[in-house]
Amino acid sequence: MMHGWQSQLAQLVLVLILAPLLSGVTRKIRSRLLRRRGPSVFQPYRDLLKLIRKEAVVADNASWLFRIAPYVIFATTWVAAALVPTFAAGLTFSAAADVIVIVALLGTARFFLALAGLDVGTSFGGIGSSREMMFASLAEPAMLLVVFTVSLFAGSTQLSSISAYMLGPGVGLNISLALALVALVIVALAENARIPVDNPATHLELTMVHEAMILEYSGRHLAVIEAAASLKLLLYLSLIACIFTPWGTTLAGGGAVAYAVGLGAYVVKLAAFGFGLVVFETAIAKMRVFRVPEFLGMALMLGLLGAILLFVSRVSQ
Amino acid sequence: MPGRSTTSVTPFLLNQFAAYGVGLLLLLAVLGILVSRRSYGSRVIYGSCALVCSALAGVALYALLAPGSGPAAVELPIGLPLGRTQLGFDPLSAAFVVIVNLTTAIVSAYAVGYGRHASEPQRVVPFYPAFIAGMNLVLLAQDAFSFLVGWEFLSLASWALVVSDDRSASNRRAGLVYLIMATGGALTLLLAFGVLAGPEGGYSFDAMRQTAAFGPAAVVLALALLGAGSKAGLVPLHAWLPLAHPAAPSHVSALMSGVMTKVAVYGFIRIVFDLSGPPSWWWSIPVLIVAGITALLGVLYALMEHDLKRLLAYHTVENIGIIFIGLGLALAFEASGLAVAAALALIAAIFHVFNHSLFKSLLFLGAGAVLSATGERDMERLGGLIHRMPITAFTFLVGCIAISALPPFNGFVSEWLTFQAILLSPQLPQWIPRLLVPAVGATLACSAALAAACFVKAFGSTFLGRACAPAAAAANETDRWSLSAMLLLAALCLGAGVVPGFVIDSLAGVSELMVGGQLAVQSDQPWLRIAPIDPARSAYNGLLVFVMIVIAALLTAMIVRRYASHRLRRSHAWDCGFPDLSPSTQYSSSSFAQPIRRVFGSVVFRARERVTMPRPGDTGRAKLRLDVHDTVWEALYDPVIRFVNMAADRLNGIQYLTIRKYLTLVFAALVLLLVIIGTLR
Repeated sequence: MMHGWQSQLAQLVLVLILAPLLSGVTRKIRSRLLRRRGPSVFQPYRDLLKLIRKEAVVADNASWLFRIAPYVIFATTWVAAALVPTFAAGLTFSAAADVIVIVALLGTARFFLALAGLDVGTSFGGIGSSREMMFASLAEPAMLLVVFTVSLFAGSTQLSSISAYMLGPGVGLNISLALALVALVIVALAENARIPVDNPATHLELTMVHEAMILEYSGRHLAVIEAAASLKLLLYLSLIACIFTPWGTTLAGGGAVAYAVGLGAYVVKLAAFGFGLVVFETAIAKMRVFRVPEFLGMALMLGLLGAILLFVSRVSQ
Repeated sequence: MPGRSTTSVTPFLLNQFAAYGVGLLLLLAVLGILVSRRSYGSRVIYGSCALVCSALAGVALYALLAPGSGPAAVELPIGLPLGRTQLGFDPLSAAFVVIVNLTTAIVSAYAVGYGRHASEPQRVVPFYPAFIAGMNLVLLAQDAFSFLVGWEFLSLASWALVVSDDRSASNRRAGLVYLIMATGGALTLLLAFGVLAGPEGGYSFDAMRQTAAFGPAAVVLALALLGAGSKAGLVPLHAWLPLAHPAAPSHVSALMSGVMTKVAVYGFIRIVFDLSGPPSWWWSIPVLIVAGITALLGVLYALMEHDLKRLLAYHTVENIGIIFIGLGLALAFEASGLAVAAALALIAAIFHVFNHSLFKSLLFLGAGAVLSATGERDMERLGGLIHRMPITAFTFLVGCIAISALPPFNGFVSEWLTFQAILLSPQLPQWIPRLLVPAVGATLACSAALAAACFVKAFGSTFLGRACAPAAAAANETDRWSLSAMLLLAALCLGAGVVPGFVIDSLAGVSELMVGGQLAVQSDQPWLRIAPIDPARSAYNGLLVFVMIVIAALLTAMIVRRYASHRLRRSHAWDCGFPDLSPSTQYSSSSFAQPIRRVFGSVVFRARERVTMPRPGDTGRAKLRLDVHDTVWEALYDPVIRFVNMAADRLNGIQYLTIRKYLTLVFAALVLLLVIIGTLR
């Protein structure tokens, strides 16, 4: 069951193009919900273009790490995003990496982001890095427990196989799956620096986490990091979509119509999840930093509960 | 491996080579006493160690990949009257000899340059080859006698290296604690072999395999966990590691942390998997519980630490936990007849042994380079070294990424394999491991994420930011020998990460021998990917992921270069317009760990922060008081120390008795012993 390499290439380009649009759409919806008109949905593209045309201002004592980190962050996020089934499952490279690899690739990106935050040696960079790593120390295991649960169902850690399994018969409502979904949503909120964990729009000093780490970046470096952040949001929504709502995804051997359906379904799913995200965000207040571990600890415990229920109740194939 | 013929090189010849290698190392130790005071002395000894270790690694690799008809062990004409000393390779010892000697050879090359900084080389140089010889003797031993001789040899040689700088009280204390733990560990191993040998007392491993154990299996397992676990650093027997490993010179720290702990893992595998016969399923329970606690506590301890070498030593504890998680899973699977799953778990553990020996040595060598350049181990007084020591910083960064289990480096592969083994555990028929394994998986995931935090902290506060002390601001890059050794280790970390299939394949003989199962041959997989069970179930292609990351990064850089503005201006840091001119305003290593300390440490270490603010208008200083407790030490070791001191005080009086009273005591002891023997008969 293979698609041509063209589909893989198409996905690489597609995620790149769609990611800023997703950010633009969520911002637009958010503004509308707050009774503001809001910027155009294409504003993120304009921001990126504006940033890459600007002069990059780099702190005096920034090292080579500071200047290569944006590219490493972007590249790892991009590769991870290319490995998640979006409009089609079972693409050429999907056999190269399973969902554990995708989680770990995001870990690599975060590792470099946190280092970049520490590189200049400012207090804000440090505060961002240290809090980000504290969140990650709970979010990443929660994510892996979700992975355990889902993989035990499908008997595979390959996202394509999981997606195909979820499409198939025999998957009804299941308590473990429900727990995994809740945990995954919490992790996605935390990993993408969304409310209630972090606020992507804030530059209020003591509430920043993600923004604090990238405070010293400007110009083309900032553009690359911003693009990576929007790719990450797209990745998480695609991940939720391909595990929990795999309907419409093109399987191998489909014709042009199947691809069109897959693409359409993917865009609809993204829009729906983006809308859900924004509604949730506008309905809830940001948490204090030390409430976040409790929030993420809940995700960890839900993930663990789901996994244990499955380990005990099931002899996997 | 079928299809290979060993016509010219017999196993016996290989074993002879290995025995000669150990002999050469012992000769080098003697030579070290003679030449260590000369200017060329340390270079000659370290260089020869590097050569001998490379040769040993090569011989062992040959023995691993082309096993002959059987282990025709070399018999030495020394040993117990019951059986003579036997040295030889089987796949398990060959795999560990490769791992140990590969790393040791590179570390020795580093020492050629690093050894110049030693103030008293005569206290280090002679013991170094003896230490390596001891490790090799343990691995090659095919009988309990030579195993224990090697074990004691390596303990004593490494103890001498730990106290090589005995001017500081902390090093003397480290030496004392280490000596006590090592002695206790060797004693429990001695008892374990005694139980395994049975009443007839066959002390060769062959004899032990054939005779049933003398006592219950639980005794052997407990003794092996205590003996090997104390050397490896399983919680709560880890207490000596963070004291002793940093006290030694850095290249020795690298060997103690990266390699010696692996010899202990070998001892555990040899006793529990090989000599104890088929395991019962419940053996895995204590192993998994101890391993999970070790992994989590080890990394939390490391996060609380701001001495770079102590941080690395604590982190070894975490990795030992990860290795023992793999071993525990392998025991559970083997006991339930799931041979392939057991092979996967065992190979994951041994792969992690290999990986950890590479990156932990690399990190200790980097710490040594920092120490010799700045004279500092305290990360609060370092910083900004990436500018002064760019190559050391680069290799240290590679080590940090690898140890944090991030792709595409090697640490990730072994953790990935362990996760795959965990995902097979619903096949286990028993309830208790099925309940336990997901919890262990959660601990493993948690410790991996915390390890990343720990190494962001370690790299960040050592190499990034601004220098916090003049010594760090004036540091210079280390010498060429050290740099090439670190670069080589970094390259191996990447290599084992992108083509892990070769490593897995070469361990096939080990898993066949130990758990009676093999994974599919990975080199048959297309595109150098690994798929331990079934490609549809799980696969990872490190090479492809690495190439994709490189291409994606280059492509992005090219596009940015083509379309973006090239202007770049150096200016002051922005920092929200906050003019923090002093480096002390940046995040230090303890402030970095503060959120994690607050979340995890308040329970585990009873960490408490108390802030005393002066009253408004008062110009006095605000104070932050931080209490962190080493709970394991306080709960376990302090009572023992108190008891020993109390008993010593009480028994002191016995020294001043009259001769009649002594004779009475001797007589009473004799009668007591006779009564005991009489009742046992």
